Amino acid sequence: MNHIIVRIKNLSRENFLIEIKAPHVAERFQPGQFVIIRINETGERIPLTVADVNRAAKTITLIFQAVGRTTMELSTLNEGDFVLNCVGPLGNPSEIKKFGQVACVGGGTGIACIYPLVRALAKAGNEVTAIIGARNESMLILEKEMKAAAAKTLIATDDGSKGHHGFVTEVLHKTIETYKNSGGISRVITIGPIPMMKAAAEVTRPYKIPTIASLNTIMVDGTGMCGSCRAYIDGVMKLVCIDGPEFDAHKVDFDDVLSRMEMFKAKEKQAVENYKKISLEKE
Amino acid sequence: MKKKRIDLGGYRVQMQEQSPEKRIKNFQSVPLGYSKKEVVKEAKRCLQCKGIPCELDCPINMKILEMIREIAIENFEKAFFIIKEDNPIPAITGRVCPQEAQCEGVCPLYQRGHGINIGKLEAFVADWARMKGIKEKFQIEEKQQKVAVIGSGPAGISCAVDLRKFGYQVTIFEALHKAGGVLQYGIPAFRLPTEIVDYEISYLDEIGVDIRLDFFVGQNIKFSELRNEYDAIFIGTGAGAPLFINIPGENLKGVYSANEFLIRVNLMKAYKFLEFDTPIVCGETIGVIGAGNVAMDAARCALRLGVEKVYILYRRTKKEAPARDEEIQHALEEGVVLKELISPNKFIGDDKGWLKEVELFKMELGDTDASGRPRPIKIEGSEFVLKMETIVEALGSMPNRLFLNKAPELEVNKWGQIKVDDNLMTQIPGVYAGGDAVRGNATVILALGDGRQAAASIHKQIEQHKAET
Ligand SMILES: Cc1cc2nc3c(=O)[nH]c(=O)nc-3n(C[C@H](O)[C@H](O)[C@H](O)COP(=O)(O)OP(=O)(O)OC[C@H]3O[C@@H](n4cnc5c(N)ncnc54)[C@H](O)[C@@H]3O)c2cc1C
Ligand SMILES: Cc1cc2nc3c(=O)[nH]c(=O)nc-3n(C[C@H](O)[C@H](O)[C@H](O)COP(=O)(O)OP(=O)(O)OC[C@H]3O[C@@H](n4cnc5c(N)ncnc54)[C@H](O)[C@@H]3O)c2cc1C
Ligand code: SF4
Ligand code: SF4
Ligand code: FES
Repeated sequence: MNHIIVRIKNLSRENFLIEIKAPHVAERFQPGQFVIIRINETGERIPLTVADVNRAAKTITLIFQAVGRTTMELSTLNEGDFVLNCVGPLGNPSEIKKFGQVACVGGGTGIACIYPLVRALAKAGNEVTAIIGARNESMLILEKEMKAAAAKTLIATDDGSKGHHGFVTEVLHKTIETYKNSGGISRVITIGPIPMMKAAAEVTRPYKIPTIASLNTIMVDGTGMCGSCRAYIDGVMKLVCIDGPEFDAHKVDFDDVLSRMEMFKAKEKQAVENYKKISLEKE
Repeated sequence: MKKKRIDLGGYRVQMQEQSPEKRIKNFQSVPLGYSKKEVVKEAKRCLQCKGIPCELDCPINMKILEMIREIAIENFEKAFFIIKEDNPIPAITGRVCPQEAQCEGVCPLYQRGHGINIGKLEAFVADWARMKGIKEKFQIEEKQQKVAVIGSGPAGISCAVDLRKFGYQVTIFEALHKAGGVLQYGIPAFRLPTEIVDYEISYLDEIGVDIRLDFFVGQNIKFSELRNEYDAIFIGTGAGAPLFINIPGENLKGVYSANEFLIRVNLMKAYKFLEFDTPIVCGETIGVIGAGNVAMDAARCALRLGVEKVYILYRRTKKEAPARDEEIQHALEEGVVLKELISPNKFIGDDKGWLKEVELFKMELGDTDASGRPRPIKIEGSEFVLKMETIVEALGSMPNRLFLNKAPELEVNKWGQIKVDDNLMTQIPGVYAGGDAVRGNATVILALGDGRQAAASIHKQIEQHKAET
């Protein structure tokens, strides 16, 4: 317990990188896995993907978007502060082997979640096309790292401030077409907002390209005890924390996942307002 | 020795409780505990029966009569040490044991509705010792053998305490951020105050048990590696994976498993939302499916969260409800409505994906089934609809699938319960198991008994091994 923060950095307006000491996670981590952290005694447990590990220093790197109560507070911590709890690695590791030509589609903070997979897949001998997107250029993260890891990196922004003007899924479509006459894309992995993953699945469906989506349902324990993270895969209830987080994107009921993620929205808003009020009073 | 009757039974000394109107507004203990005077009076009612039936029916055969005799003469310290010989967590068992089916149920005075209040006596003594800072005294003769205990519920706690007393180096591995298992995450504070659980856990620290939180055996270390590193292993991983009812609409917002509901409320303290960060949402009407302790706990938590109408939806009748008598009585006093002989058929949502109604079947009771209770039978064509924005499913739970997947070498039955022999050893030498991981949904006291028995088996095995080498 008590994981010291060795590095914290603002990557873009809402995205932060945090590196914490977590020997038991660093030792066993495999790409695709996540941790659940709790900042302090009154904190909530939230899942975050492990973006990188430093086995020698026994640290892990998490990249997160400050969207709510917990992630906002996390973004205000400093080097030398502590994160009280960190359990993991949780979830199943990604399947990493030589598939051939692979496309990895990351949107928003999902870029951070897909980054370890891009690296691992490249290392396993795949020709990886990384397709990354954000609302605008200033919100795009890990561009440099992605370019170093992937054979090819394509960018899309909603407002056209960088790369393709539009969605990553359009770039994905083009990429599939481009590779059609040179062996084809043999696997697509997508991590990002639910609507993006749903759209990516629809792009690859007609091509019958195996497509993997990593689901970010609401979680509490992360060990199969609460059922909060349940999602329907081919009509069957699965627990994302222990059966996933990756699933066959063509079988996921994305609408249901999206709906369930709104369950605590009103309360989350209340928590954020309260947090902002307390923060102001402190100043 | 001439048997001296202290008193001829008489009436049970009533336990003072928070009034229902008051208590549904807080999470503090419902029973207020006996005073010194009351506890002595209650103890003096004991008939000191020949054969001591109450002890025979306590699963760990606690020395109840000796305890009662000491209480009667106000020697609480002695009573405490007597209890502690058999029971490492009396403040807990005294509060949560199904006494009516065990020690108290066989007391001759129980027939008249005035059985000796053994649980409350036990809890009094334990609380008294805690307040006075009195602890069991023993010398630990350090041994070098290492034993791993997986899970920190009552099975793991009791196993660890005994192993430590034998002198072994004990490490408990716990997946959650707090130790205690169901005692911590499941049973609400108004039944089992959090400070009591924390106190028992801090005692483990004091006697030198190493507790590693946030550590899931199977994920953080392979089960096979753990076997190599330790001289013996005890598995007390419980049965914490929820069962779902599997009817249409189960994915609607507003449908919880009892585990999620209770983990949010108890472990994460969602009842103090804003002070604590974890939220819970409930509608105006909530239906809890099931009628065991878990269902009563969820229903009573819901009342305390401010829900106006709380229903227990049960397919049998109150008579067959498996919850402790005290829980059912408390729940009804507090305003929980028990709807008998009904069973959900489907959950109906609004256009935003929120639960809005539940369609139910009426049921009737048929012949006795394997559980010894009458089988509930659906009455065809009896469907009706109740307005309800929240559902909590309390249908029981299963051993953790994740752990079993990571330890495929363990033999389990078709319900995923770990198979053990008479010494609680699994088919793997040196690996023992007990509590809910072996029994399915059982009780605190049975888990505790298993932990103690396994510790004794482990001790025997290690001693034997020493003698042979
Ligand atoms: C396996 C897994 C891996 C994840 N990895 C990352 C990661 O690497 N980086 C990262 O920034 N986020 C990640 N997430 C999402 C992250 O857990 C949530 O953003 C976080 O719980 C928000 O907590 P909060 O208290 O700050 O916000 P809350 O107040 O809880 O929520 C704020 C807003 O975010 C939405 N939200 C709530 N929970 C989630 C969720 N689980 N996923 C997405 N949106 C949510 C809410 O609807 C709300 O609009 C991951 C989720 C899962 C399940
Ligand atoms: C809401 C509720 C109310 C109840 N009320 C009563 C009552 O009034 N009276 C009564 O007698 N009984 C009651 N019970 C039942 C009783 O709590 C259980 O029978 C008892 O707790 C079982 O103890 P255990 O030690 O076997 O497991 P648990 O208490 O379930 O503890 C198991 C622990 O192991 C941990 N774990 C699991 N897998 C791993 C792993 N791989 N690595 C590390 N840690 C792991 C879990 O996180 C958990 O903390 C109730 C149960 C519930 C859920
Ligand atoms: S441990 Fe439980 S069954 Fe045994 S005497 Fe105490 S309350 Fe009764
Ligand atoms: S059965 Fe009842 S009366 Fe008899 S010894 Fe036990 S507590 Fe006393
Ligand atoms: S997070 Fe609790 S079961 Fe998955």
